[in-house]
Amino acid sequence: MRLLFSALTIACLTFGAQAQDKTITIASTTSTQDSGLFNHLLPAFKTKTGIDVKVIAQGTGQALDTARRGDADVVFVHAKSAEEKFLAEGFGVKRFDVMYNDFVLIGPAADPAAIKGSKDIVASLKAVQAKAAPFVSRGDKSGTHVAELALWKDAGLDPAAAKADWYREIGQGMGAALNTSKAMGAYVLSDRATWISFKGKDGLIIAVEGDTKLFNQYGVILVNSAKHPHVKAALGQAFVDYVISAEGQKVIADYKIEGQQLFFPNAGK
Amino acid sequence: MSDLPITLSNVSYRVGETSILRDVNLVVRTGGPTFVVGPNGSGKSTFLRLAMGLIEPTTGTIDWAGSRDPAPRRRAMVFQQPVMLRRSVMGNLLYALEQAGVEKSLRHRHCEELLQKVGLSDLADRPARRLSGGERQKLAFARALARSPEVLILDEPTASLDPSATFALERLIAQAASEGIKILMASHDLGQVRRLAGDVVFLHRGQILESAPVQDFLAQPRTAQASAFLRGDLIMED
Amino acid sequence: MNEGSSALALVLSGDPALYAIVRLSLVVSLSAVGLAALVGLPLGGLIALTRFPGRAGVIVLLNAFMGLPPVVVGLAVFLLLSRSGPLGSWGLLFTPTAMVIAQAVLITPIIAALTRQTVEDYWSDYRDELNAMGVGPLQRLMTLLYDARIALVTVLLAGFGRAAAEVGAVMIVGGNINGFTRVMTTAIALETSKGDLPLAMGLGLILIAIVFAINASAWALRFYAERRIG
Repeated sequence: MRLLFSALTIACLTFGAQAQDKTITIASTTSTQDSGLFNHLLPAFKTKTGIDVKVIAQGTGQALDTARRGDADVVFVHAKSAEEKFLAEGFGVKRFDVMYNDFVLIGPAADPAAIKGSKDIVASLKAVQAKAAPFVSRGDKSGTHVAELALWKDAGLDPAAAKADWYREIGQGMGAALNTSKAMGAYVLSDRATWISFKGKDGLIIAVEGDTKLFNQYGVILVNSAKHPHVKAALGQAFVDYVISAEGQKVIADYKIEGQQLFFPNAGK
Repeated sequence: MSDLPITLSNVSYRVGETSILRDVNLVVRTGGPTFVVGPNGSGKSTFLRLAMGLIEPTTGTIDWAGSRDPAPRRRAMVFQQPVMLRRSVMGNLLYALEQAGVEKSLRHRHCEELLQKVGLSDLADRPARRLSGGERQKLAFARALARSPEVLILDEPTASLDPSATFALERLIAQAASEGIKILMASHDLGQVRRLAGDVVFLHRGQILESAPVQDFLAQPRTAQASAFLRGDLIMED
Repeated sequence: MNEGSSALALVLSGDPALYAIVRLSLVVSLSAVGLAALVGLPLGGLIALTRFPGRAGVIVLLNAFMGLPPVVVGLAVFLLLSRSGPLGSWGLLFTPTAMVIAQAVLITPIIAALTRQTVEDYWSDYRDELNAMGVGPLQRLMTLLYDARIALVTVLLAGFGRAAAEVGAVMIVGGNINGFTRVMTTAIALETSKGDLPLAMGLGLILIAIVFAINASAWALRFYAERRIG
């Protein structure tokens, strides 16, 4: 019994102490987290400002909802239309471009839709539908999901509404989607960063890349303290300022996996 | 502050449809040991539990020195199968002393004296639940004495004991009686009745059929049922 | 199996990130048990020993709540602690404290219900003796809780096992934040989805070892109690 009480006391002391540190909460996306960018960016940010950052990684839709409820100080996501809606509702102060990476269409090595090597994503999606090749969708209102839906629309198709049985919505993050695709032998739209850092690629290949429609823009927004007074506006602003500053942009550009740069800074461009 | 005399007036005890005791009238006074005897199922245990205040009569009243409050003041009870607390022998006794309101600084000394009295001093640190039957009864007896009782109620305490353990316990009972403690005890061992009783209450099917000094009861029972009981016959009709 | 051996190597190397996760898991679940015991032991004991109208219904409810799905508890606590929720001003969401609260809510019914059963069983055994000794109601509760201590420690171990193994509640209220609210179960879920199986398996090995240790302790305790206390 005494052991339990000691553990409880230690826990309270440890957790209570956290409130005093300089920390902010950022709502971001699972794909950004899974890419490993934060492990590279946040220590640099802390060294410069002494601010600790806690990252809640969810789909873009959920991340914006978390900020709407006031449970985060900053959002850092990649779905411009959703972000602008967020601003229009008055939950954000201002939106800044930060960086971009691109999406790639991943597929099984067997390539049932015969689209490998194509640079035309719209034509490739039409081929997937024509062949009824299995396709995994994030289905979670994430930036990736939003981008995927926009591409189907460009192709004039709507497999979600048609409830096509080759189109599988899983409602989970990028890592889970890649795992599921591997297991099902399906195609899936992924951001390049998550793909590069994904362990266990065997059986999967990049089927389509390089189309300008696969461009993926990231934005950062400080949550509006007029809506949620407890938001750490000054500390959150420090983060926003950092990632769009020359120093922060360089840190982003320096992040490489297996020698490849994952994100391309474009603040203020 | 006293619990004697214990007066039972027109006491009946029913459980659902079954009547266990009917029209019991008795006064338990200071004096020699009162033995409650009768065949199995006659209501002896229930009678003792009523006298102790553990249960309430269905009809009728019980009072202890005129008070109807059943909380035990100067009385203690030893059960046929006493329950040992999951502690050592000494732990059990200290607990009983604490519940009896003995001052903290005096408890250890009383504990040692009581263990000495019942002959359990060597087993003070033994886990109480690992005692033999006879040892358990001695501990139960010591726990009862810890309350410095005026009345000691015992429900067939030697029924499951071997002769030497029975002997040891009977000696303790006799000693308590000689020190002025009123003994109220159930037994169906007639030899024991002969050895220890002062007066006898004979119960049959929930009613007191006879109440007399032990010699009179044993030599000249007034009812057929008592005679049959003394002969060792099984009494099956009313 | 390549991944298996790298998992084992990771565990044995004392990797600090891995062990930080293990430490947090233990602190959160142990704290939750402490809290749940504080509430559940007396609550279970009181229900066992007092008569009140609707008692049977309360007992049925308590037993039913033993089966509360962890995600549902997580959701409920999340709604309470979110900044937009009633207790939002406490700022507890996405902290280890929230995880302790959620797990405590999850296992308090288990501890209370099992304590109620245990104390009631012990009371039916001890009733005559304790009444004959004039033991009052509060003392009665303390005495029974103490005498049932071995059985109750087993109950606490069961509660701990349930807390340490669940992932739904801590994921929702903790947010699985790296270095802050990431525990073994949520880390296993994350690392598996990222395809980093050695780390997931390493954590899995440790989690299994802890669960085995809990069950072995419960068994050993019963054995010890039989032999020493009887």
